Amino acid sequence: MSVELDVFVGNTTIMDKEVYQLWLNGYTVNDAVKVRIEGGVMEECEASADVLLSDTMDQYRTFQMCERLLHHPAKLANQLLFQIPPDRQAMLIERYYAFDDLFVREVLGKKLSKGTKKDLDDVSAKTGVSLKSCRRQFDNFKRVFKVVEELKGPLVENIRQHFLLPDQLARDYAAIVFFANNRFETGKKKLLYLTFQDFAFCAGQLINHWTLGAVDSMMEDMDVDLDKEFLQDLKDLKILITDKDLLDQHKSLVCTALRGKTSVFNEMEANFKNLSRGLVNIAAKLINAKDVRDFFIDLVEKFIEPCRSDKWTSIDMNLFLTHYTNSAHILDTFKHHAVWTRYMGVIKSCILRMYHD
Amino acid sequence: MPGKLKAKIVAGRHLPVMDRASDLTDAFVEVKFGNTTYKTDVYPKSLNPQWNSEWFKFEVDDEDLQDEPLQITVLDHDTYSANDAIGKVYIDIDPLLCSEAATVISGWLPIYDTIHGIRGEINVLVKVDLFNDLNRFRQSSCGVKFFCTTSIPRCYRAIMVHGFVEELVVNEDPEYQWIDRIRTPRASNEARQRLIFLMSGELQRKIGLKVLEMGGNAVVGYLQCFDLEGESGLVVRAIGTACTLEKISTLPSTATHQSNSSPSKDMKEPVFGEEVPGIPLSSGPPTPLRAQTFSSFSPSKSYSRQSSSSDTELSLTPKTGMGSGGSAGKEAGPLKALLRQQTQSALEQRGVSSSSEAFVRTGEYPFFTLTSFPSGFLLHVGGVVSARSVKLLDRIHNPALGNTRSYKLLDWNSFTADEPETRDAWWEEIRQEIKSHAKALGCHAVVGYSESTSICEEVCILSASGTAAILSSRFMQDGPLDTEHRFEEVVPPGCGFCHIPYDELNIPFPAQLTYCYSCRRSKVPDVLFTTIDLPADANITGKGCLIQARLCRTKKKAQGEGNATAISNLLPFLEYELHTQLMNKLKLRGMNALFGLRIQISVGETMLLGLASATGVYLTALPGPGGIQIAGKTPSDITYEQHISNMQKKINDTIAKNKDLYEINPPEVVEEIIGSPIPEPRQRSRLFRSQSESSDEVSELDLSHGKKDAFVLEIDDTDAVEDIHALLTDSPTPQGFYSCNTEIMPGIQNWTSAIQMFTSVRVFRLNNANLTNQGLNKIFSDLCENLLKSLYFKLRSMVPCCLCHLNFTVAIPEDELIQVAVTAVAMSFDKEQILENGKQSGEKTLTKAITENDEQLQFNLELNPESSHANPLSSPKGLSEVGSHPSARASSMEKASPLPEGRSRSLRSNRSYSGTSVAVVKMTPLSFIPGAKIIKYLGIINMFFIRETTSLREEGGVSGFLHSFIAEVFAMVRAHVAALGGNAVVSYSMKECVFMENPNKNQAQCLINVSGDAVIFVRESELEAASVQPQSTTHTSNGGEGT
Repeated sequence: MSVELDVFVGNTTIMDKEVYQLWLNGYTVNDAVKVRIEGGVMEECEASADVLLSDTMDQYRTFQMCERLLHHPAKLANQLLFQIPPDRQAMLIERYYAFDDLFVREVLGKKLSKGTKKDLDDVSAKTGVSLKSCRRQFDNFKRVFKVVEELKGPLVENIRQHFLLPDQLARDYAAIVFFANNRFETGKKKLLYLTFQDFAFCAGQLINHWTLGAVDSMMEDMDVDLDKEFLQDLKDLKILITDKDLLDQHKSLVCTALRGKTSVFNEMEANFKNLSRGLVNIAAKLINAKDVRDFFIDLVEKFIEPCRSDKWTSIDMNLFLTHYTNSAHILDTFKHHAVWTRYMGVIKSCILRMYHD
Repeated sequence: MPGKLKAKIVAGRHLPVMDRASDLTDAFVEVKFGNTTYKTDVYPKSLNPQWNSEWFKFEVDDEDLQDEPLQITVLDHDTYSANDAIGKVYIDIDPLLCSEAATVISGWLPIYDTIHGIRGEINVLVKVDLFNDLNRFRQSSCGVKFFCTTSIPRCYRAIMVHGFVEELVVNEDPEYQWIDRIRTPRASNEARQRLIFLMSGELQRKIGLKVLEMGGNAVVGYLQCFDLEGESGLVVRAIGTACTLEKISTLPSTATHQSNSSPSKDMKEPVFGEEVPGIPLSSGPPTPLRAQTFSSFSPSKSYSRQSSSSDTELSLTPKTGMGSGGSAGKEAGPLKALLRQQTQSALEQRGVSSSSEAFVRTGEYPFFTLTSFPSGFLLHVGGVVSARSVKLLDRIHNPALGNTRSYKLLDWNSFTADEPETRDAWWEEIRQEIKSHAKALGCHAVVGYSESTSICEEVCILSASGTAAILSSRFMQDGPLDTEHRFEEVVPPGCGFCHIPYDELNIPFPAQLTYCYSCRRSKVPDVLFTTIDLPADANITGKGCLIQARLCRTKKKAQGEGNATAISNLLPFLEYELHTQLMNKLKLRGMNALFGLRIQISVGETMLLGLASATGVYLTALPGPGGIQIAGKTPSDITYEQHISNMQKKINDTIAKNKDLYEINPPEVVEEIIGSPIPEPRQRSRLFRSQSESSDEVSELDLSHGKKDAFVLEIDDTDAVEDIHALLTDSPTPQGFYSCNTEIMPGIQNWTSAIQMFTSVRVFRLNNANLTNQGLNKIFSDLCENLLKSLYFKLRSMVPCCLCHLNFTVAIPEDELIQVAVTAVAMSFDKEQILENGKQSGEKTLTKAITENDEQLQFNLELNPESSHANPLSSPKGLSEVGSHPSARASSMEKASPLPEGRSRSLRSNRSYSGTSVAVVKMTPLSFIPGAKIIKYLGIINMFFIRETTSLREEGGVSGFLHSFIAEVFAMVRAHVAALGGNAVVSYSMKECVFMENPNKNQAQCLINVSGDAVIFVRESELEAASVQPQSTTHTSNGGEGT
């Protein structure tokens, strides 16, 4: 004796947020039922395990039927099959495209290729995120990447329009796409202390200031690639470290400004040339794609780590970077003010964001 | 040539990829009506083609306009091979033929394929130019409005109710034709879909013609059904109530007649009484009766004789042809002729009477498919009348349907002449029997009437049931007439319908009569069963609840006549037990009346299923039900007695708990004189009839018979023990939930606008072949109970809420399979007033509610215009307060249509392409939408779909397959309603859901038939904002008249 068929269809599609989340998290029906039982929904509504099982299966089926629509969220609003109130639609989309920070940290900057997808079981084992969920998240990244890759106009806006995502989520996806496109290295041991949100912040800075779209948003070009011309110009900044006079002048200006204002003044003074060389060298090398990939690791190795070992506080860091940036403008022989501002603006906010334990 | 149909194909979207190479489609469209076909250009390489075609024009007879659907086929152009069909859209253009309905069909309609389901959408525009045709002999009935709603539609007023209309058409089922062996499943399905479309159209047209003949302009309570008889054909039949309706703009329909009706006198009743000689063969000349008092209904002796004679005769009815007595236009033998004369003389008498126009034109059958009535219309209710008959389908031999005929659609004129006759005769018998039962109850009319069938192989059970009643003839009249008659007998609105219509001294069945607990003037039975909705003005105590009796009986496999006989013999037992169960459960809930009773008997190879659903309620006018007494057979055994007293205690506790739960605390604590219990045996002797003919058997059961106050259950046998267990295992509804199978829940009025219609289907496999009746019963009962529990769980977010119009359908699709399908609507209500209602149980609570809860009252008022007049003070006040309580309204609005708010949230970025193209369409099996006013009926929706798959596993198994199919059906209904310009379907029902599977072959097939009324509704709040002025005046005048 068995229930052979069991369906429930509402005129307005009924979707339980909790079950949806379980489905997204890759729980099997039976596991989901267990979780729900533990959650106490049964007592709340005088239901039995059978009822819960039936409900869960039904919901899972609904989600599976909706999934292909969720791949093209704009379709969800136009389809006739499921009558879903707009706020529910937004919820479905938002949750479907939501991702685990742990997971994204693993694939950030990696090529969104079949090869990476094959390794997802390792990622799953490492992060504790179920393989099913990993695959969904990975496919989401890839889908967004594919759609946005060839589109003109601002990246975040494109993502928001095509996938109907809320602002913050769209920005995160922009970061993921940006990282995947530029293949930034994020997995090195030294970078592991950085969270996805740190990277997402940096990505936002880079997108807003270093891409072609940043200069002229009306330009037909895309947000996903760094502004080549700008990268070329960055080489000119080398003068700050190659010209001995300039370097000394710069140092003395910064030291004058900081004297008495920071507890790590001595360390700073001692290290100034190294630090400055580090930052300017990163700038000069960015024209090479390979060095772009190492951008974050370079920042950490050349700048953040030395400072950290000298026990700088973020306030010290902020002070230093501000004066370091501003002082360059006072140097008489230094001509590349625009490039310097554009470069240091991003560097400063990235370093400040990345400077934590 | 009185009509020009115009169609324009605008665009398509979301089309499937038909060309694997390019991942695109070269789509074009064929537009077909009758034998004319037009084509659009091919729109190459696109999944979102923009055809923007010219207007395709079809010049056709309006007869064809009614019969035929517009058929739109989307195809993929293929240069080298045959064009591939993507899918089809059938558009019923009937709504465009009525001036008051829709004027244009325009919108995105799903493209449907019977194998693949919905495959994209197409945007079309359809219009009809109709020329007036004054030809009296026309075959079309354009302009007759059809409503599924079983009450007078909300924005109409009934000028006249003409009565029963019925029709059936028969055709060969394409699935069983020789050609089906060589054609594809798709072609076969499409032939079937199209055929049923055509047959429905024809049926509707024919019914319309009958309505026009009667002088009406509308059919209310239109119920169309299919009988898939397999080899012997496909029957489409329909019944309805012909009316003359008049559109009203803002006035609630009941307001005006109310005042007119009260002073008028009732002339009809005596005349109807004389109709008694419907089957008078043995009862001698009809006794004229004076209707002033019912006591002189007829001499007691003759009455009882008549009653008994009908018992024995009923089984013979088919042979003697009595079924056609009184029918016009049919050949009649001498006997029939005699009958006809008698009936007609009765008709003539009625005709002579001054109020001839109203209501008398009920034709041969005074049946009404309506289940709720304008107040003052329903005078007395006698009880449920039902009739069943078992037929053998293989008896129909029709040479015209032989294999030699090549199959052609629309060509059935040549053979319909013979075929429908058989079925017509079958139904005639049944209706005739119903009529005679009604008469036995002293009633001249049957309300809440419906017909159904259950088919298994070649055996077919025909069933009909309704509620015997006496209706007011004066209701329909224009002015107050006949003032001298029975003025003081004007029935009190709250209890009048409970007063017995039959003669107290000649009760056709044992019943305990008492004086009405409300007015103390007339007699009432102790229990009342009906198939109608609870009258809006009925006085009730507490709240109602769903009561179900479920029964399963095994039967031996048999063939032909033997099988039919076996089934015939089982039926009375089944009905008796269902009835006993209902009665027990009713008492267990401390209630005394059932409304909306629907008994479904389903036949399978090895078992019979019976499911009776009804809404129990405590009618204030009726005496309180006594408890249930258990009596043991062997008093010597002490443990046994212990057992019995335990059980008794449990039962008493349950009753007490239920009384609490449903807030049943009758206003008066007058203990009734406990009379002697009615002995069981008498009951039985009445119920079990001798059956004479094997296949043409008619069984009958009067469910209205009363039972004694002290209800004794003897548990001397296992059956009784099981029964009691079943009684006690019915689990109560969870906190915050109520359920009923009627339109509205007795005792709850303050609905919010949050509604959720749903369909749930379950199929249960009995793996164990050797089950006892008890085992089967348990399984079946658990199946229903679990289904209900699942529903409660699913809808828990709507609490406090009520599942209304819970409509269960059972079927035995295969041996060892039980299928249960439910369609209902969950409606939320405001908690606060419920509590108040409870406090002052038994009273009309509106007055008090008003002073305390103005803002909630608006919902009540607008929802139930019938009830508003009961409380004249309320309306103006409630309305004037509209503006001051925006919060309550806003919150309920939000729940129901989260659109404005939700959209702004989700679409913050102002994208043009998202969200806007799909309009929200509400669906409900009820005739109204809470918190809203229906301003226009756009026409009937009647759709039939077949879905088949040969990749069942890939589609998610049977559940996945059916889930998506039902979702698709909903989507198509919504899309068609939206294309008509509507935003809701009311009186929606899924009348057929035939599911067949063959998992071994990875195949399944399902047929679904749905219907409803497409409407435009306006939120009360919007309406009020727009026109506070006219509204309030309406209500004021209404209130004045009410007092």
